[in-house]
Amino acid sequence: MPVNFMPTPQELFRFAPEMLLTLVATIIMVLEPLSGADGKRKFAVISFLSLAAAIALSVAAAGDPGAAFSSMIVVDGFSTFFRILVMVAGVLTILISTNYLRMEEHESGEYYALVLFSIVGQCIMVSANELIMLFIGLECSSIASYVLAGFLRDDKRNNESALKYFLLGSFATAFLLYGVAWIYGTTGYTNLSEIRRVLLDPNSNQNMVVISAATALMFVGFAFKVSAAPFQMWAPDVYQGAPAPVTAFMSVGPKAAAFAMFLRVLMTAFEPVKDRWEPLLWTSALATMVIGNFAALRQTNIKRLLAYSSIAHAGYIMVALTAHSDIGTAAAMFYLASYTFMNIGAFAVVTYIARKGERHVEIQDLAGLSQRRPVVAAMLTIFLLSLTGIPLTAGFFGKFYIFKAALDANMVWLAVLGMLNSAVAAYYYLRLIVVMYMQAPSDEMEELPAPSVGIQAAMFAAAAATVFLGVFPSVVLDYAGKSASFIR
Amino acid sequence: MDVVLFLLFASVAVGCAINLVLQTHPISSALSLIGVMGSLAVLYLLLGGEFIAAVQLIVYAGAIMVLFVFVIMLLNAGAEKRPTRKVLRTAVALPLLFTLAGVGAWLAATQTPKTDAVKFGAYTAGPAEVGRAIFTSYLLPFEVTSILILIAILGAIVLARKEI
Repeated sequence: MPVNFMPTPQELFRFAPEMLLTLVATIIMVLEPLSGADGKRKFAVISFLSLAAAIALSVAAAGDPGAAFSSMIVVDGFSTFFRILVMVAGVLTILISTNYLRMEEHESGEYYALVLFSIVGQCIMVSANELIMLFIGLECSSIASYVLAGFLRDDKRNNESALKYFLLGSFATAFLLYGVAWIYGTTGYTNLSEIRRVLLDPNSNQNMVVISAATALMFVGFAFKVSAAPFQMWAPDVYQGAPAPVTAFMSVGPKAAAFAMFLRVLMTAFEPVKDRWEPLLWTSALATMVIGNFAALRQTNIKRLLAYSSIAHAGYIMVALTAHSDIGTAAAMFYLASYTFMNIGAFAVVTYIARKGERHVEIQDLAGLSQRRPVVAAMLTIFLLSLTGIPLTAGFFGKFYIFKAALDANMVWLAVLGMLNSAVAAYYYLRLIVVMYMQAPSDEMEELPAPSVGIQAAMFAAAAATVFLGVFPSVVLDYAGKSASFIR
Repeated sequence: MDVVLFLLFASVAVGCAINLVLQTHPISSALSLIGVMGSLAVLYLLLGGEFIAAVQLIVYAGAIMVLFVFVIMLLNAGAEKRPTRKVLRTAVALPLLFTLAGVGAWLAATQTPKTDAVKFGAYTAGPAEVGRAIFTSYLLPFEVTSILILIAILGAIVLARKEI
């Protein structure tokens, strides 16, 4: 029996960002009932500062990489990248949330506490090196998101969104857990490195049917969380019904974290059986792109359109996963980073034009935005061009590296079909730009007041990041390339 | 003896689980769930996990199910109204379901190793072993689970309190 299992200071330091965020979220829960109706603004500031501190802590923790808590979590370049990414997504979400919540008269500390808890779960997901840890992190992130989706609980659309998300989400998580149980049953381990070791061991005599069944079950869970076909059904309804800032958050934070764990599980534990899951991923990637893009063509609601577009983007990232190489991993990391900025940016604009009660979320509500609010229209144009994949924006290099990774992995057909898909996508993104610039605003449109400071800050930051990544992609890509190889 | 007990309680568990979904009245569903939990406890016992079996009975079949039944009675929930049955859907779904179950069973019977992967009573999982695992190698998941429960409580408060 080992003498001492007390965590060392080094191990605690590797887990420090999560601990800090949990602590702050708990403090917010305590302070919430003590603060009056006007005192809610401070919670946004507290969460903002704590996320900034947690980003600093993650950077500091990356200086001393390694495993912690009996290899439950591992701090490496990969997990640091995604930790920072989900925290940045959290910062942008908080910026666009404050004014929205005040307008809906629902500003309260719980909202920020839930966002922080959700980020804690995502940080655990991206650094987990163990299936049980991964599952608990996923549940933390999901349960907080379910509640956030229904946060304005007097709104019927919120109720529908939260209930659908909760029922389907728990069903999908059950599949994941069942897969974990099968893996444990056949290999005797839940640690990713140990599973890999067992699968590589020629003497271990693993039964391929059992392993494949377990992989397939876990695939169901992962595919649901990243909204990949054929488990994408929930996304449009949930994204449309949830409050706009929450939709912004759900479409990037939990998604990026889910892709991170998907990548880590596939590339470490199941890498030895890659010829089993490669065809599955290939099919799913293609189906996701086609369904997302073609369904988006017919939407009239902006939030629903962006939901289908986010399904399509999940498809592109699945292409990078199918390539299962270090280049593919780096491409997926870069794509998720650029997707985070352009998508949150687009949702910041949607949050702004929706006004109270989200009455203006149809495409026609964008008519003449270039005359009513030229700066906002210009920002949305940048995000939409980036989502399309026009050069000089982050989206272009994201798609470029993904298709390059696919070609390097000899998946010519998948790359060609993916590129055709992004051509289809151009139609519905450019349609929004046309409505903004070519159509005159109708007379009965409400006056649009200037965007709040938070929305402005989020919009400008996201636009700056989108353009920066489009002009100097190597800054992020070099880091992604260096950290794409996992600790196995 | 072990095999007989296993088959008996495994089929009780599956039967209760199916009944849980089929019943229209929430109380009947809750009672079926108790049946599932109880049979699972017996399965744990057969594997040698006396402690887990006891906890399963006390926590799930006992505490949690009592809360379930209380809530159902407090809400005075009646039998659910079934939407009209879609004959075509049932006609397609049932054969597909049985095919899936059949293929699964066939694969399990022919493809999985015949070796005794699990021997009844082969494991000793008393309180000491469980406690040692929780507080040494599984310390972090154990602690993070408490955060998970905290999130669930917070969520329940947000969704259920009187006014915001």
